[in-house]
Amino acid sequence: MTRRVVITGTGCISALGNTAGAFWDGCLSGRSGIAPISGFDMTGIRFQNGAQARHFDPSKHFDDKQLIPLDRFAQLAIVAAREALAQAQLELTADERTRAAIVTGSCYGGKTSEDAGFAALYRENQPRVHPMTIPRLMGNAGASALTLELGWQGPVWTVSTACSSANHAIGQAFWLVRHGLADAALTGGSEAPFTYGSLKAWEALRVVSPDTCRPFSKGRNGMVLGEGAGMLVLEPLERARARGAEILAEITGFGMGADAHHLTMPSAAGAARAMRSALADAGLDPTAVGVVNAHGTGTTANDVTESAAIREVFSGALQNLKVTATKSLHGHALGASGALEAVATILGLERQCIVPVANFLEPDADCDVPVCLERQAWPHDAAVSNSFAFGGLNAVLVFSRFSS
Amino acid sequence: MSESVSPDVLERVLRTLSETQKLPLEQVTPEATFEQLNIDSLDGINILFALENEFDINIPDESARLVRDVRQLAEGVQKLLDEKSAPPAPAA
Repeated sequence: MTRRVVITGTGCISALGNTAGAFWDGCLSGRSGIAPISGFDMTGIRFQNGAQARHFDPSKHFDDKQLIPLDRFAQLAIVAAREALAQAQLELTADERTRAAIVTGSCYGGKTSEDAGFAALYRENQPRVHPMTIPRLMGNAGASALTLELGWQGPVWTVSTACSSANHAIGQAFWLVRHGLADAALTGGSEAPFTYGSLKAWEALRVVSPDTCRPFSKGRNGMVLGEGAGMLVLEPLERARARGAEILAEITGFGMGADAHHLTMPSAAGAARAMRSALADAGLDPTAVGVVNAHGTGTTANDVTESAAIREVFSGALQNLKVTATKSLHGHALGASGALEAVATILGLERQCIVPVANFLEPDADCDVPVCLERQAWPHDAAVSNSFAFGGLNAVLVFSRFSS
Repeated sequence: MSESVSPDVLERVLRTLSETQKLPLEQVTPEATFEQLNIDSLDGINILFALENEFDINIPDESARLVRDVRQLAEGVQKLLDEKSAPPAPAA
């Protein structure tokens, strides 16, 4: 069984705002959500900026009792999922709920709770940690909480592949629905990486920019951490059509692979192979693609390697292509990044326009790809969204403009 | 070796490199480049971490990025140590 799979809902929380609409407006404005990190004593940390979900207030979405077992990363997943489901207006019978899937991605899981618990134990010499520490920190906490809230009983799991987590999750959910193993899916990723311990760990890796994220630009000097969640509702085309749902876009391809090259240095060959695999899965020629939402972290290494991979895959089709990198706007939200970028890609297809790369200074000859620098109408039928993780794990999604 | 690096600092830099990279000490000479010692970007981060601990200094990202060989590394460490021990500049 092979079915066309469409997206009927999106939900999003990020530094750009608390809804997919606010996210999209923020993206189009080209005004980055990157700002000085608040909530920590940043003294002695070599970078000061991040893309925190500053406007997210848990008390607006949960009562005090509900919050007890929920780390911030799970809260973000739940609220983004509620928005996506509300937009999709998807209501399932008891029987249908047994065939409804939830596949989420997260790099860190409940890092906020873990960090606080261990600080109490090791630094303050407290004799015990909160009993909800384990349920809060498990990577599947968001997915499990959603099953309890929604009563969905089909395949549910969480993927953790560092910065590719959300793309791996969305790709697997897509395949479940496409091949008839689930009749609806809620999928995406969430991340809440702003803890003191996590910031120190990123500092030690020496990949974080001291100012901002400038993908593919000369003068770029690293990534900027972000926070948030993106969630999508996927369903078979026939079902969406039968119930008269508004279809935002179609998801048409997923490709994944491993570099088998280096722990942190990316490989153009691996990135190109994942893009080709996704296009083959979609049955699309590179010439059909109008937009690449790049992994585009703003690190020296990623952007050069990804540019080479894009040039290789789209050689001969570059004149019809625009490359964007929305991490310049919402930061690098690690396991949620692919989901935020999916929302930007889907809304770009639906509205036939493209989001600009923010913070760009000047072209870099080593990143010779057609970077989109200003918001513009951009007719396109298909878009590729890349995620490449430390450890060399690549996951690429292909979305298409919906046409019956 | 540059005159500016004290023998003690040089010896500790070489030992730290040897321990971090699991290389025989005699192989780690001031003249060796990182390429010759097979030190890649990830090894570099581990070495900087070990040196920061060994000397109780903070090595900024910008200066670390420019270092290509053992001599430059030792000179950089010495410079940071000199800055650390210099009396604070008088208030304006």
